Amino acid sequence: MTPLLQITDLHATAGDKEILKGITLTVNAGEVHAIMGPNGSGKSTLAQVLAGHPGYEVTGGAVLYQGRDLLEMEPEERAQAGVFLAFQYPVEIPGVSNAYFLRAAYNEIRKAHGQDEVDPLEFLDLVADKLKLVNLDEAMLNRSVNTGFSGGEKKRNEILQMAVLEPTLAVLDETDSGLDIDALRIVADGVNTLRKPTNATIVVTHYQRLLNYIVPDFVHVLAGGRIVKTGGKALALELEAAGYDPILETAGT
Amino acid sequence: MATTTAEPTWVGTVRARGAAAFAATGFPTTRNEDWKYTPVTAIAEGGFAPAAQPPAHGVTAEALAPYLFGGEKPTVVFVNGRFDAALSNLATLPAGVSVRPLAEALREMPQALEPRLGAIAAEQPFTARNASLMQDGVVIHVAADVVVGRAIQVLFVADAGARGLELPVRNLVAAERHAKVTVVESFVGLTDAAYFTNAVTEVDVAAGATVTHLKVQREGSGAYHVAHVEAKQARDSHLVSFSFAVGGRLARTNVYTVLGGEGCGATLNGLYIGDGEQHLDHQTRIEHVAPNCYSREVYRGILDGAAHGVFNGKVYVHPEAQKTDGKQENHTLLLSERATIDTKPQLEIFADDVKCTHGATVGRLDQSSLFYMKSRGVGAELAKQLLLYAFAADVLETIEAEAVREGLEAQVLQRYTGGQ
Repeated sequence: MTPLLQITDLHATAGDKEILKGITLTVNAGEVHAIMGPNGSGKSTLAQVLAGHPGYEVTGGAVLYQGRDLLEMEPEERAQAGVFLAFQYPVEIPGVSNAYFLRAAYNEIRKAHGQDEVDPLEFLDLVADKLKLVNLDEAMLNRSVNTGFSGGEKKRNEILQMAVLEPTLAVLDETDSGLDIDALRIVADGVNTLRKPTNATIVVTHYQRLLNYIVPDFVHVLAGGRIVKTGGKALALELEAAGYDPILETAGT
Repeated sequence: MATTTAEPTWVGTVRARGAAAFAATGFPTTRNEDWKYTPVTAIAEGGFAPAAQPPAHGVTAEALAPYLFGGEKPTVVFVNGRFDAALSNLATLPAGVSVRPLAEALREMPQALEPRLGAIAAEQPFTARNASLMQDGVVIHVAADVVVGRAIQVLFVADAGARGLELPVRNLVAAERHAKVTVVESFVGLTDAAYFTNAVTEVDVAAGATVTHLKVQREGSGAYHVAHVEAKQARDSHLVSFSFAVGGRLARTNVYTVLGGEGCGATLNGLYIGDGEQHLDHQTRIEHVAPNCYSREVYRGILDGAAHGVFNGKVYVHPEAQKTDGKQENHTLLLSERATIDTKPQLEIFADDVKCTHGATVGRLDQSSLFYMKSRGVGAELAKQLLLYAFAADVLETIEAEAVREGLEAQVLQRYTGGQ
């Protein structure tokens, strides 16, 4: 079976600085992978590169998504093919309503699959259910995208978008940062509800806490732009107890 | 040259004063600080002159329909600078409201015009020239305590018959005590011929009155357009001004107001959208003379191609104008390497207890917003359109008159999604 995502020796730079120095990772449908690591290890870069952020240049390696060359695809093509990045810092877009934006995204993805667009009323029905999932009020649909949202609202809005767009590969970039425990539970419940045997999730996080709620099949420790250790969910607990230092010393970074 | 025999003698005095002032200065050059970024050589050397007789035209009601917001009446239509009774519709005027072409107003209500005409607008080269040459325009008078529910739409249309002409448009809007009125002053070009609109609109806002003046400039691509809107505000009065500018080869709009009594408010907003070789200039001047007044100003612009935008926002706070509360913003998006903007906030404050702020930004489309939208599957082109529309809508949505707001929003949306 073709893996959902196959990253081979991926190198990427931001400006003159090499940040990813040879990442190799395979993700199969149905799996949850956690990527952990200290600040500056390249976790968020990996997430952004997968989504196609123009600020990073891939200088080596390959990324296959469902057997296709992901790096050759525009960010919108990646999204239309089922890749979703939940942003660490969701962007505020004043003047564009959540409802309009979300429907535009939904319809663009449908169009890419040769399906008919849905009209605003149909769409509202569809969103109503998803709103409950992340405990957001319908009124937020009329507000500008993320504009004036609290940190927790922004993260829940990311999960709402994920729920509506139903990605095949979801990458959560430090979705837990800045969340209190209640918001964290809401976000984790949302993610768990959306899990299916046919899709996969990559959870990028600094803390083990989120992994109590979104239980990973694999935990990877990223340091200095490389994966220095891979294990099961117990590895996350180990990191929480002892910190990153022992692993980094062993790995010689 | 454009005088008519029926004119009262005081009008002759206004013309003579304008002619003398213009003769003394001629057209401004870029050495004039107010025209530093806007050369008007093409107007000065264009040989434009008013037509002695109204030129024939082929403008039909159908051709005007797209430029009338929600088909709203009353409408006053001028074609190539002259009132056109057949295209106008003044049947629905409420009591206490008078809407007349200039010549008729001079005949029927000279007492309302004499203290105002030429007494409100500052004397500058173009206003002086307009005073000497003024031909036609609208005079709107609203009696005390009358609230006019519907916007009065005034449409200045140019067609091919305007080629080579100067159209010296002269308007007056007077709202008496506690009156309220909205006037839409539209300029539309149905031709790409070169012509020169030189418009002056004087606005007299009496105590407690509110005048909303919405200027919509959609001149033809070969047009030169210089317009001066100036208000005089008595105590507790409000002026709401919007200037929408998308047309013309070169267009300059002045919006001036003098907050002359306590408790006044002025809101001056605008949106300019330029492309190609267009030059779109706005100069605003808010003069705080009395204490306890506020002014709010937001101008936004989107410039593509080699378009050149200018925004000069002057705010004068006189020594007596304590507790003045003024805010000014100018934001411009440049969509190409060749588009430029000169933005110049100019605050001169002579009172010591005031709150005045200003801010100007010039930027390109926000890359992080574009990436965010793309990462959700929204294509690059649609993402760009949504951002541009949102940028423009942010100031368009301040227009209270629903038909005008929706009409302009639709036009902007069409521009960015219809591939103009």
